[in-house]
Formats: sequence, C-alpha cells, structure tokens
Amino acid sequence: MMRLLWLSALACNGNAHALLNYPGFKVWQKEFEWLYHPLLPSEYSFKEVEKGMAEGCDVLLVDGTLEEGYVKYRRPYMELLEHYGKQAHHIVTVGTCATFGGIFAQGGKGRSGLHFRGDERLDIFKNFWQKSISLPGCPVQPEVLAGTLSLLKRKTDIPLDPLRRPKYYYAYTVHDGCIRNEYFEYKIDEHRFGRLEGCMFYDHGCQGTYTHGSCNKILWNGLGSKTRNGQPCMGCTEPDFPKENLWQTPKHMGIPARMPLGVPRRAYLSLAGIAKAFRIERFYTPLMKEE
Amino acid sequence: MKSSTKEERRLQILSGALKLFAQKGFHATTIPDIARHIGMSVGNFYNYFPSKEILAQEILRYISAYLGKRIRKINESALSSREKIRGIVETYFETAQNEPEMIDFFLRVYLSNREVFGEGCEGMICVNEFVTEIMIFFDDGVARGELKNQDFFSAFGLFMGYLGGMVFLAGESILPKPMEAYIDDISMNIYNALKVA
Repeated sequence: MMRLLWLSALACNGNAHALLNYPGFKVWQKEFEWLYHPLLPSEYSFKEVEKGMAEGCDVLLVDGTLEEGYVKYRRPYMELLEHYGKQAHHIVTVGTCATFGGIFAQGGKGRSGLHFRGDERLDIFKNFWQKSISLPGCPVQPEVLAGTLSLLKRKTDIPLDPLRRPKYYYAYTVHDGCIRNEYFEYKIDEHRFGRLEGCMFYDHGCQGTYTHGSCNKILWNGLGSKTRNGQPCMGCTEPDFPKENLWQTPKHMGIPARMPLGVPRRAYLSLAGIAKAFRIERFYTPLMKEE
Repeated sequence: MKSSTKEERRLQILSGALKLFAQKGFHATTIPDIARHIGMSVGNFYNYFPSKEILAQEILRYISAYLGKRIRKINESALSSREKIRGIVETYFETAQNEPEMIDFFLRVYLSNREVFGEGCEGMICVNEFVTEIMIFFDDGVARGELKNQDFFSAFGLFMGYLGGMVFLAGESILPKPMEAYIDDISMNIYNALKVA
C-alpha cells in the first residue's frame, strides 16, 4: 500500500471532487491508503495531522493556493508542509492553485503555488524541488492524478518538463487530439458560442494550441473535453491561468497576438493565407444538427 | 543559351513574358510572341509552362516573392514602424522605377484580368509572400504599441491603394515631380493614418 496525505490550503475542493469522479476510482483506491484526505475515510483526523501524528507518508499531495501566514486549524500551514514534506518520498502539487497560484492567487497578496508564483520560481520550498511533481489543471484531470500516483507506486521513472509536469501528460497540447483540428487547419472559424463544429482559436480565445495538457487525448470521465463540448480551452494548466477576457482572442489588426506553440508567425500567416483561399465544402455542411 | 540551366531559362521566360504582358496586356500577348521575344520555339516553351494562364500566375508569384523578400528585410531590421513605412514606400517606388513592368503587371494584368487568376491563385495564394510580410509589419507595429489596432483590410487598403495609385499616376505621366520626391510626404501620410492616436 502506498500512504497518501492530502493537505489543502485555499482551495475549492475541485481537485478532490475530480479524483472522486475518476472512472476507475474503486479499483484504483485499493492500492492506496489515506493517512488523511478531507473527503475520504482516513487513518487520522485533521487534529492528529495538525499535531504531526500522521507519520510515514509516501506521497504528500498539496492542494490549493498557499498564502503567507495562513493557519490551518491552529498550526501555520507552511509549518505543516515543512513537517510532512520532509517525510514524504514525493510531493505532488494537485491542480493549478497549488502549482502556480491559480485563481485564488488573484484575490490577495502573498499567495502562490508551492514552487511558483505564476511562472516565477520561488525559493521557499527549494529543498522539496527534486521530489516534487506538478499536476496543474483547474481542476486536475483525475486520470492524470490517479495515473501519476500509480506510476509512483510502481516506481516508474516519470520524465518531467521544466515546470516539473510529467511529460507523459503535459508534453502534448490540448490541440492534440482536438476533433476540430481540421477546422483550425483550413481556418474555418466558429463565430457563435457553444457550437460543436468550427475552430474557436480565432474568435473565442481558445488556448488549446499552446496549453500543455491531455484533455483531448485522455477524455474527462472517458467522455468529453471542453472543446468537444463547445467551450474554448481556457489554458488552465498554464502558469498564467486565469487570463483576463478568457473568451476573446487578442489580435493585432486581425492577426492572433499569440501563435500556436512553436509556430513562427511568418509560417502561421503563410499557411493561413493559403488555407483560407480554399472553400472546402465538407466543413461548411453541419455534421450535426445543433439547433 | 546552351549553358543556361532549366531554372535560368524559366526565369528568362518569366521576365520576358512579364515585359510583354505589362506592355500589351494579357489577351493581346500570344505564346508565339513570348517565344519569339525570348528566342525559343513555341514547342520548347510548353516544356516550361503548360499555358499562358499558368505562366501569368507564376509571374504573379515571382513578383510577390520579389517584393516579399525585400519587405522581409525591412521587417527583420531594428527600425521603428515609422521608419519601416518609409522603407516599404521606398522599396515599392524603387521597384516601380527599376522594374516598372512588375508593378505594371500587378496593376494592368492582375487587377484587370481576374478570370486568369481564378483557379490556382485563389484568395491570396499567389501573392502570399508579399501579403504575409505586410501582415507581419502591421502585427509587429501593433504589438510594439506604435500602430493602431484596426481591421487588417482597412489598413492594407490604405497602404497599398495609396502606393498603387501613385505608381499609376506616375505611369500616366500625370505626376509633376519624379516619384522619389513624394516618398517623405507619402510615408508621413501613411504613418499618420496608421499610428496610435
């Protein structure tokens, strides 16, 4: 059994609920033991955790935005992190708040993730850096959380990117596997909200082409993703989440201000100019009756 | 002639035909005219281009690439948007002066014989290199806070319409002064129209 300890700071419980919705949860949880989790049956009460009694944790799961001076029950939260972080073999920041600061970092001063404030690297827990893994997402995709813990349990080597996100889940962009890709390639934009066809990159602020995540590769609850259901990707796994004006694409004289990941502006504009010249009838005929 | 490679020969046809099209217009120029002008047989001409329409489209791509390359140099320089506008105006007028048939081809063949460019040059395909560089110029200017964020075609029409109009007036010998005498004023007018208020 692998022993897990879940500590929340400023959090909405979204990450905990996401894990409960993991389709394979019943089978998965048999391999894990919760020293403490706010929603699941656990070996210790929070009062005992707070006193430092929950010994022997293999993985410390950090959830929610950290805040200077934040007291969890009676003990400073940073002290709790220090105490259990030292014992743990691995530390996993669950969700964007614990990783980069996320939504709660927008609402007050002295708020950050465990190792980052946005994309700025912090020193406060630098001793934990080597054993930390970042699992951003708002909330974290349950398969990413459950899967990473299973890999850790099997002592599998997990290659990480510079923000310590597992490459297996975060080397891709949300654009990979998006079923609207052909609309993107031929520059067929959807100008209305909530439609199931057409590309949302140009008009609706879809950030799928430069957001690291596997939402369209590993579907939520095995079923869908934002872009499959008519909502633009909001870039929730990235350090700069949440952006302002999420449903608008910033443009310079009609040219998207941000290019797809790694695509030079000149290459994008050349290809877009050529793609736009052709009217591919198939894409203008609705595949689904939407109204 | 024997020493020239196929690519060189192809370019000779392009530039020879460009001159004839610009002078006589697209329809009045025949393939035998072009072949004679270059000094090759009509049969051999078809080894390079399958039709007069395809040749005209290739010429358009060639001009677009020619201007695109020059504007790309300006885009990649460290100049301000204001200075870049001057650079683009200068380049356009220089081309009109030194390679008048290029701009003439744009104005007299491309814009007046749209049916020739319908299939194969849809949208901006054949002028892509040139238009892409203008887009990059605008995009960069807005990103640097120097140019007003407005609709692309409003800005593009203003810029290119002005330049095309001046070259047309010069071609008709209506301008009282040589074209280069207008570069400063025109650049300033364009900049004033595009700059952040």
